[in-house]
Amino acid sequence: MITLVIGGSAGGTVALRRFLPRLSSQFDGAIIVMSHLGPGGGDLLVNGLRNICGLPVRLAMEREPVERGVIHIAPEGYHLLIEYSRRFSYSVDERVSFSRPSIDVLFASAARVYRKELVGLVLSGANADGAEGLRIIRRLGGKALVQDPREAEMQAMPLAAVSHAGCDLCAPVATLADYINNDMD
Amino acid sequence: MTPDDASVDLEEIEIDLFIEAMLRRYGYDFRDYGRASLTRRVLNLTRRFGVRNISELTAQVLHTPQRLEEVISGLSVPVSEFFRDPLTFRALKTQVFPFLASFPQITIWQAGCAHGEEVYSLAILLTEAGLYPRCRIFATDMSQQALVEARKGIVPLGDIRQASSRYLESGGGRSLSQYFHARYDLAKFDEKLIENVTFARHNLATDGVFCEAHLVLCRNVMIYFNDQLQRRALQLFAETLVRSGFLCIGDRENLHVHADVPFEHADKTLPIYRLRRAVDAP
Repeated sequence: MITLVIGGSAGGTVALRRFLPRLSSQFDGAIIVMSHLGPGGGDLLVNGLRNICGLPVRLAMEREPVERGVIHIAPEGYHLLIEYSRRFSYSVDERVSFSRPSIDVLFASAARVYRKELVGLVLSGANADGAEGLRIIRRLGGKALVQDPREAEMQAMPLAAVSHAGCDLCAPVATLADYINNDMD
Repeated sequence: MTPDDASVDLEEIEIDLFIEAMLRRYGYDFRDYGRASLTRRVLNLTRRFGVRNISELTAQVLHTPQRLEEVISGLSVPVSEFFRDPLTFRALKTQVFPFLASFPQITIWQAGCAHGEEVYSLAILLTEAGLYPRCRIFATDMSQQALVEARKGIVPLGDIRQASSRYLESGGGRSLSQYFHARYDLAKFDEKLIENVTFARHNLATDGVFCEAHLVLCRNVMIYFNDQLQRRALQLFAETLVRSGFLCIGDRENLHVHADVPFEHADKTLPIYRLRRAVDAP
C-alpha cells in the first residue's frame, strides 16, 4: 500500500485537474495534495476538484487521520506534517523558502513516517519547493515522480526537483497516473 | 532497511534522549509535544548551534545551562502577526466584548504569547471599546526570550502595512499608526497598551491554574501538542474560566478528538468556544 504526496505551485492546479481524475477510483492508498494558494485557496481547491475526481476530496484537518482512498488537500497558511500515528498535524513555524505551507516540510515528515511506502510527485511551479523533500523521500526508499517540465505551465519546480533529487519517472501527468494505477497498487 | 532508514531511526532515539535531558536537567517537559514539529525544531537547533547531530546538541544543553534560553526559544511558540485572522478578532469584538463589559473587572489570559503580537492586537481593540482600563491581562509564555521581546513591542516597519489592513478588517476604528512610533525601519508600539499587561512565565505542560479569567486566548499553541497535552491545556483553561467564559483558539484547531471537553462552540464558523455551564447532578 502506498501513500502519494503531491506538491504544486503556479500552474499546479491545472496539472492536478488533469492528473487526479485519471487515478483509479479503486486506488486504496491515501493522497495528500499541497499547492501554494492564496487565502481561502484550500477550500477553493477542494471544491474545484470534488466534482471531477473519482475519489473523495477533503481538506486535511488538524489531528484527523490520513485516510486511505481519500484525496486530502492541505490548507493555506499552515505547514502540514504527518505524525507517526498517521494523523495530520499543523504548524505555524516560520516560512521555509518564503512558503507556508512548505512542500519540503510535508514531504520530509511524510518520508519519515511512510519510508518506502511513499511516492512523492512534484508538479508545475515557479520556485524550488519540493526538491529537497523529494530528495529525502528517495533517500528513505520512497519513489519520486516529476511532471515533465515540457508539459508544466511553469518549469522551475519540476526542473529543480529533477536536478536536486533525481527521479524514478519524469513524464506527462497522464503517464504518471497510468503508472500509479498499474504499477503501484 | 537502508542506511538512511537507520539514520532516521537513530535520530528518533537521539530525540528521546534530548527530551529526557530537558526534563531531568531543567524540568521542561516536551514528551507530549507532537513529534513531527518537535523533530523539525530540534533539527533546526542543531543547525543554529553548529553541531553535527542531536546527541551533540543534548551534550551542549546538559553542560551549558547559559544556553538553555536559546533552546527553549527554539522549541516554543513561533512569532505570530498582528491581527492574524481578522474575522476572529472582529468576532471577539462583537461577540465576546459585550460579555466582558458586563464585569466591573475583566481578566484575560493570553497563553503562549510569543512576541506579543496578539496581546497588542487585543489591547488595541479593548482600548477602542473603552474596556481596557478595566482589564488585567496575563500574557504568558514558557520562553523568557519571548517575554522580553513581547515587552519591547518592536516590529519591523515592513510588517505594518499588512497589519494595518488586517486591523481595519478586524473592525479597528482608527488608524493603526496611532498606536506606534516609527523610527528607522522599526515600529515601537505604545507602552500604554501594556500598562495593564503582566508578562509572566508559564508552561502549559507543567504549570497549573494561576488566575480566574473571563477570556482565555491560546491560538495555534495546542497544534504542537499531542491529544493528551491538548487535553491538559483545555482542562487548565476550563478551571481558569469563570462560568460561561470564552476560549479563543486558532482558526483551524481541532478540539473534536475529545468528546468530553467542557467547551461548546459559541459560533460554528469561528474558533471561539464557551465554557459549558456545569450540568446539575440528576
